[in-house]
Amino acid sequence: MAAIEILDLEKCYLVGFWRKRRKLALRPLRLTIEEGEVFGFLGPNGAGKTTTLKLLMGLVFPTAGSARILGMDMDDPRVKSQIGFLPEQPYFYDHLSARELLNYFGQLSGVPAKGRSARVEQMLARVGLSDSAGMQLRKFSKGMLQRVGLAQAILHDPKLVFLDEPMSGLDPMGRREVRDLIQQLRHEGKTVFFSTHILSDAEALCDRVGIIHQGELRGVGAIAELTSERQGKIEIIFHAQKVPAGLTSLGAEARVSGDMVNAVLPEGQQDAALEVLRRDGLKLISLTPVRSSLEEYYIQKLRPTDVQREVRQEDDRKGVGV
Amino acid sequence: MNSGGMNSRIGYIAFNTFREAVRDRVLYNLIAFALLLSGAAILVGEISIDIERLVVVNLGLTAVSLFGVVIAIFIGIGLVSKEIDKRTLYTVLSRPVRRWEFVVGKFFGLTGTLVVNTFLMAIGVFLALLYVAHKFEKMDVWVLVALYFIVLQFLIVCALALFFSSFSTPLMSAVFSFALFVIGSLAEDLRGFARITHGVGGWVATAIAYLVPNFSALNVISQVAHGDPVPGRLILYNTVYALLYSAMAISGAVLIFQRRNLK
Ligand SMILES: Nc1ncnc2c1ncn2[C@@H]1O[C@H](COP(=O)(O)OP(=O)(O)OP(=O)(O)O)[C@@H](O)[C@H]1O
Ligand SMILES: [Mg+2]
Repeated sequence: MAAIEILDLEKCYLVGFWRKRRKLALRPLRLTIEEGEVFGFLGPNGAGKTTTLKLLMGLVFPTAGSARILGMDMDDPRVKSQIGFLPEQPYFYDHLSARELLNYFGQLSGVPAKGRSARVEQMLARVGLSDSAGMQLRKFSKGMLQRVGLAQAILHDPKLVFLDEPMSGLDPMGRREVRDLIQQLRHEGKTVFFSTHILSDAEALCDRVGIIHQGELRGVGAIAELTSERQGKIEIIFHAQKVPAGLTSLGAEARVSGDMVNAVLPEGQQDAALEVLRRDGLKLISLTPVRSSLEEYYIQKLRPTDVQREVRQEDDRKGVGV
Repeated sequence: MNSGGMNSRIGYIAFNTFREAVRDRVLYNLIAFALLLSGAAILVGEISIDIERLVVVNLGLTAVSLFGVVIAIFIGIGLVSKEIDKRTLYTVLSRPVRRWEFVVGKFFGLTGTLVVNTFLMAIGVFLALLYVAHKFEKMDVWVLVALYFIVLQFLIVCALALFFSSFSTPLMSAVFSFALFVIGSLAEDLRGFARITHGVGGWVATAIAYLVPNFSALNVISQVAHGDPVPGRLILYNTVYALLYSAMAISGAVLIFQRRNLK
């Protein structure tokens, strides 16, 4: 069974005070996430990641489309006891302590009274807040609030967890811990849907990623496939007017930009390539392993195609005053 | 999800609202109230013997009512809107909590706070009565009825503040709620005026007089200050009226909130 089935969800905001304009925050989105999958939702600022999550949580209502979560309609109240949600920059009741907040949320999620406080302590320990559990949340730092947010998202042992930028605001240790936590959730067989800007996190954690830009899903790919393609390559950059013949015969893909040449070739050819440069008397600028294939994929997907550009212009024309 | 689960969620939300009010030092108003009342009791005890009871009951109950109305309005307008602005609602509504349960829970939390506050103030009023009269009389029972009516007023004011804040800014909601409290306190006069006015003006006056909450029927302060009894019929009528009126305002708030996109 699919854990999440998004069926052409669309969200259009009316912006402007006097002459209202339509703003499409999310173009009809169709996406299926399988059970047990860790899915990364990537995209630049303002792409529509948070909008998608808020739609799925029922915090805002779609202008069109629907979604099914764990086989139920997304506004079926039964869904909510089986999912956890970490909002972007979470904020909580600041008159409560972390312990009281989790206890309250446990009550609302129907965690049985017996064993509830043990569960709360366990979650506090899991996000490293045992020492500040009794302090009022108004005194918490941003990263500490983020940790509380993670704890409340997994408190009631949900099957499916939605995390909006789970690493944001965390120190390096915190990031590491969140990565471990997501790995752990995967081992427990949970489905995780999270948004992020950090490609290395996505690459390390996800089974699949989706790339969204300007409210439009640009592509979905399995990390395993993306990374197998370009692994074990190096990139060398050096001063030259044209690509030396010796390099091409080593199987390099090279291009000239200005007075520099950028060549990508198999790792095993590194010494041979440097030998070519030395023989031709060319000055080496850098030699690096090829950047992550996900990054390449991401950047490629963000470039608008001509068709997409046309569609957008048409939509903007339709944005009439109301 | 059985109905027991539903009711308990409303209870948890109400309790959290109460706890928030207490921790935000709302009950500190009791200090001002106590100072006012004891000052008045001592002063009036010095100057006269006949009107002591009249003054203490009048002043005490009026203060109970005004303090409570101010609390009801200022917390009521923020009950839901503050949670939307601060986004504390996100992690509540992503749990098995229906939006209407949230609104009703918040409402009960605030009215519960006001009941506790009024109870503590009532103790103060009776202590002041004891101080000036040295004993309780049979007619003091009607003071309890007047206090009950004041609590009914709070129900309506809270519900209205919640209703207005579901579609307008906090400031406008406060203004609307307070204006309705003032106009509603003159509802009987308005009704009288409507009866003697003819034509379009008469229609308008009648409509307003019957639409605004009838706070004047809920105000029996000067009556009980004179020791006059309150008819049982009025107690019944007022109870039903206040429950229906606040239920309607809450339903309106729920209907609007249910359709709302959170920011
Ligand atoms: N309440 C709103 N009213 C109008 N426009 C909105 C509203 N909320 C979001 N938008 C618009 O929708 C678009 C998508 O916003 P969204 O918050 O989903 O982006 P995001 O991908 O989460 O970005 P970030 O990475 O910065 O968090 C943005 O262009 C934003 O301006
Ligand atoms: Mg976002």
